Amino acid sequence: MTDATATDSRSGTDRAMIYFAERARWRGPEVALWIGAFALAFLFPSRALLFNEVAILALFALSLDLVLGYAGIVSLGHGAFFGLGAYAAGLLAKAGAGAAPLSDPTLGLLFAALVCAAVGYVTSFLVLRGSDLTRLMVTLGVALIFQEIANRMAWLTGGADGLQGVAPANILGMFEFDLYGRNAYLYSLTVLMVLFVFARKIVHSPFGISLRAIKGNSLRAGAIGIPVNRRLNGAYTLGAAYAGVAGALLAQTTAFVSLDVLDFHRSADVMLIVVFGGVGTLYGAVVGAAAFKAMYDVLAAATPQYWEFWLGLVLVLLVLFVRGGVMGLLGAFYARLQRVGGRP
Amino acid sequence: MLTILFDGLAYGMLLFVLAVGLSVTLGLMNFINLAHGAFAMAGGYVAVVMMQRYGLSLFWSLPAAFVLTAAVGALLERTLYVRLYDKTHLEQVLFTIGLTFMAMATVDYFMGASPQIVDVPKALEGNFELGIVSLNKYRIFVIAVCALLTIALQLGLSKTRFGSRLRAAVDDSRVARGLGIDVTAIFALTFAFGSGLAGFGGALGSAIFSIDPQFPLKFMIYFLIVIAVGGTSTITGPFLASILLGVADVAGKYYTPEIGGHRIEIGGFVIYTIMVLVLIFRPQGLFGRAVGK
Repeated sequence: MTDATATDSRSGTDRAMIYFAERARWRGPEVALWIGAFALAFLFPSRALLFNEVAILALFALSLDLVLGYAGIVSLGHGAFFGLGAYAAGLLAKAGAGAAPLSDPTLGLLFAALVCAAVGYVTSFLVLRGSDLTRLMVTLGVALIFQEIANRMAWLTGGADGLQGVAPANILGMFEFDLYGRNAYLYSLTVLMVLFVFARKIVHSPFGISLRAIKGNSLRAGAIGIPVNRRLNGAYTLGAAYAGVAGALLAQTTAFVSLDVLDFHRSADVMLIVVFGGVGTLYGAVVGAAAFKAMYDVLAAATPQYWEFWLGLVLVLLVLFVRGGVMGLLGAFYARLQRVGGRP
Repeated sequence: MLTILFDGLAYGMLLFVLAVGLSVTLGLMNFINLAHGAFAMAGGYVAVVMMQRYGLSLFWSLPAAFVLTAAVGALLERTLYVRLYDKTHLEQVLFTIGLTFMAMATVDYFMGASPQIVDVPKALEGNFELGIVSLNKYRIFVIAVCALLTIALQLGLSKTRFGSRLRAAVDDSRVARGLGIDVTAIFALTFAFGSGLAGFGGALGSAIFSIDPQFPLKFMIYFLIVIAVGGTSTITGPFLASILLGVADVAGKYYTPEIGGHRIEIGGFVIYTIMVLVLIFRPQGLFGRAVGK
């Protein structure tokens, strides 16, 4: 009772601040999730390579979630930045021939992020024009141009044979990429967590909140003084940089880059992951990536050639019956629990 | 040079028949159907099955491909697509990509992953020698059939009652509905017809380019380019865009300049770059008119 009166005596701005601070608060399950993810490396060391792929996929999905879930830009060519980051980090590591400073993994990540951010910023001006359909085609077109370039510039990228001889130096000069992938997983997971925390901060910052306003109604957002296009440019650039880091992680931990990193299926897969996990939730990307990889493992083992069929079926069913993805379902379940618990 | 133009023309005509259904349905319902290529693939495989397994002629396969894919299109439209018209573009994209993946895997399962190409009918084999240029007979046949189809479509759209209803619905479906035009029925019919045309084009094309399970993805971008450049409010726009794209694509494969000692195929770059540029400067298409929706 006293609480309610105390809240009422505060000004509107204060109440808004409290509301946003409450939203941004770290919750128990979140912390448990991250501790659990690190524990996996020690509990199941033999599956570390798989976990590594999940972590990379989660980061890639996180980058699309920033673009799609927060900025509301439907992109069919997000794989372009994943591939660009992979090639950037791969070429840098190759140039350094396995020795620091050029082959240093952290430097590789930074380099990939910078390259992708620059390209993302430039292309964001192309993407932001027009309707959903135009955006879709422009992103797809840009991705195809990248794929063509990588394919044709075989002297640089290795073309269809892939980029050989990517040898990153030890992580922070101390930890070697071992054969079983445990260090690789810990490395990718750490990068994922750091970038996740950063993304979480951004999403709950005024920048992130203004993005949500733009996604809700860009006309009204503009009317209350939000520079709509500048914000969208920023979000797209950020998403590109994140995707680049994910690509760089793949290049470093597998010591190989092939044309496959730019393939259309990457863009489609990551979209499925984000939608499956829940658009605009951040954790949806992590949950979706884990679910996707698990599904892939089971289905592709059963019918390796026809895995695409099940992928398509999941997409179709998802659109028809499940709204909000896994995170949406969890949220609804949680809300119900609270209602049931609060009633007596 | 003339041969390139000729091949490009045939290819462009084919592209038009493949893509026109998508252009109309997109303009009509503002529905993004990325699975359009799957219908074309289905038509192609109908031709492959009929000709290779049952030894029927291509002339029988073409109408069969049209009817079968139109029927499948109508069925899917009534059962699945109809639920998606009021959903967001993202959901439409996901749904139709999902359908495309399923179609690709299904075809892979039944027909195998290897590319299939059908034989040209005996009567259309060989070339016409016309002075200095020799023209492939089958391509002449393709151009003739597609030209007839285009004229029929144009007449049907401008002269018949159904055509004027369709145009009204494309221009403003709400007002058209208000005038008592059954937009839903028109859309279902148009969708089925467009799918049928795609299937027809796929069958016609299966003797020129090979058909394989990756076909829907490979051609999705071509369809999108046709629409991006041609706009969705007329059929002359996509027609001109298809011809341009066809000629540019064929020319790009022949013309490979050397840059810094590396032979570079520029076809892909040129086409994708043109699409992106057109979208930036004329989002309504090169030949389209701005529609206030």
